[in-house]
Amino acid sequence: MHATVLRAHPSERPEIALRADHLEVAYRDRVVWRDATFQIRRGEFVAVIGPNGAGKTTLFRLLLGLRRPSGGSLEVLGEAPRRGNPRIGYVPQRHTIDNDTHVAADALVRLGYSGTRWGPGWHFQAQQEAADAALDAVGASDLAAKSLGAMSGGELQRVFLAEALVGNPEMLLLDEPLSNLDLRRSRELVEVVHGLVRSRDVTTLLVAHDINPLIECLDKVIYIANGNVATGPPETVLTSASLTELYGVPVEVLHDSRGNIVIVGGENPHE
Amino acid sequence: MTAFSWNFVTDLRAMWQYAFMRNAFAAGTIVAIVAGMVGYFVVLRRSAFATHALGHVGFSGAAGAVLFGVNPVFGLLLFTVSGGTGMALLGRRASTRDIEIGTVLAFMLGLGLVFLSLYNGYATEAYSILFGEILGISDAGVLLTLGAGVVVLAVIAALYRPLLFSSLDEDVAEAKGLPMLALNLGFMVILAVAISFAVQVIGVLLIFALMVTPAATAVRVTQRPLAALLVSTGIAVFSIWAGLFLAWYEQYPASFFIVATAFAIYLMVRGGQAIATRWVRPSFPGVGTDSSVGAESA
Repeated sequence: MHATVLRAHPSERPEIALRADHLEVAYRDRVVWRDATFQIRRGEFVAVIGPNGAGKTTLFRLLLGLRRPSGGSLEVLGEAPRRGNPRIGYVPQRHTIDNDTHVAADALVRLGYSGTRWGPGWHFQAQQEAADAALDAVGASDLAAKSLGAMSGGELQRVFLAEALVGNPEMLLLDEPLSNLDLRRSRELVEVVHGLVRSRDVTTLLVAHDINPLIECLDKVIYIANGNVATGPPETVLTSASLTELYGVPVEVLHDSRGNIVIVGGENPHE
Repeated sequence: MTAFSWNFVTDLRAMWQYAFMRNAFAAGTIVAIVAGMVGYFVVLRRSAFATHALGHVGFSGAAGAVLFGVNPVFGLLLFTVSGGTGMALLGRRASTRDIEIGTVLAFMLGLGLVFLSLYNGYATEAYSILFGEILGISDAGVLLTLGAGVVVLAVIAALYRPLLFSSLDEDVAEAKGLPMLALNLGFMVILAVAISFAVQVIGVLLIFALMVTPAATAVRVTQRPLAALLVSTGIAVFSIWAGLFLAWYEQYPASFFIVATAFAIYLMVRGGQAIATRWVRPSFPGVGTDSSVGAESA
């Protein structure tokens, strides 16, 4: 992999946040997807869509430097992907947090701010202020002292978002934040994320199962299916012709009267 | 021995005339502080079974040490540290490897049995390893415990935030660049050392009372990590002191009183909370608006 490393000064963020060129990823001999070539501009709100197991989370693992591509090149915020990049905020799909996690939300958000530093953390005031600001930015100030174990799915996702946001990252990677939320809660969270994208100019990739809660706010879609990746504005990617080519089997994109999209035929290709 | 009075200072002074009681209080307090702190991470990481298993692995180590005429604590350390290292290498979350740990655990206990059967005076030795012998700690034992305690606390202080982060939110901590394997390994070694010294006080079978019960109580009292660490430590220290106090006046094993005190505090907290949620139903204005919003949309 020969990605050009452009070390940008923090104040001048690169115009292209993400650049993939003939990118390919494989687990041992099995190619997950190949030949992905796309660019994401700074401050764009992008949905990553596709059937289960298509390799959506794998894309995030590449961006986070947790996995190496098997071919092509990838550049994140002007540099090669590396683990622990503080310019990226990440909300994974699965958390080790459940009903038995008796820990206050702001403690988790503080760890997002300084959890990788050694020592007990004497500058408690600075940590707390950063955590409070992040919780405030996602509209979750009232959850600061609430136990994570006692939260609803929507409340938890807001706290996770604050945890990702607390270091003022230039890029947010959100893996299936909407998966356990009903439609109303989904739309609320999308509104919060959309607000952050616009107000902070933070490039955001959001993995989702259902495009509909997002469709109005998106700049781009990365659609992964059948080992292929298609990228572009939703109106170009989410068409019968484009998805048929992507899946390699006939796929139809239907629109209902409210503008909701239904994709038929792609999830279970019969051959 | 003097009679019990409600003047605790007089009582303590009476007890502390005896070297074995001074040693018991000193070693017990150090072990309780360490166990209370380490226990918080055990609860956060859901490593209760690994803790239980390491205690049993330690039993074989202690039995082996007795057989070869070595200080049991060195056998304990050797076995628990290698066991903990093995568990850390086995998987990111040792607690999710119940089957593998259980399999090795059964074999290790069998090994301990063989060691003991090869040793002639096994009944009393086995008894003290299984249930602890807080009243039999030597001056050298106290110093050794102090040294180990200081090292463990220093390591916890150094690792505090990364350890907390990786315990609470593994995937984010990994993406943020924390060395997960090294942290897991570090924690299991700390746990092994803490268990090895706690065994002298409370025994292999009762280790939960110091390593899990105080922390499990603390997380119900406060959701702030630092406060929970202090509460957990406080409960552990109080249990040791109350246990020694009671054992001085009542002729039952100190270990029993220690376990009973920790359990009683746990019951009181859980009971108190059950009562609070049932009868004193608090309303939280502005918090958890999910239900109200749902009602409005229905």
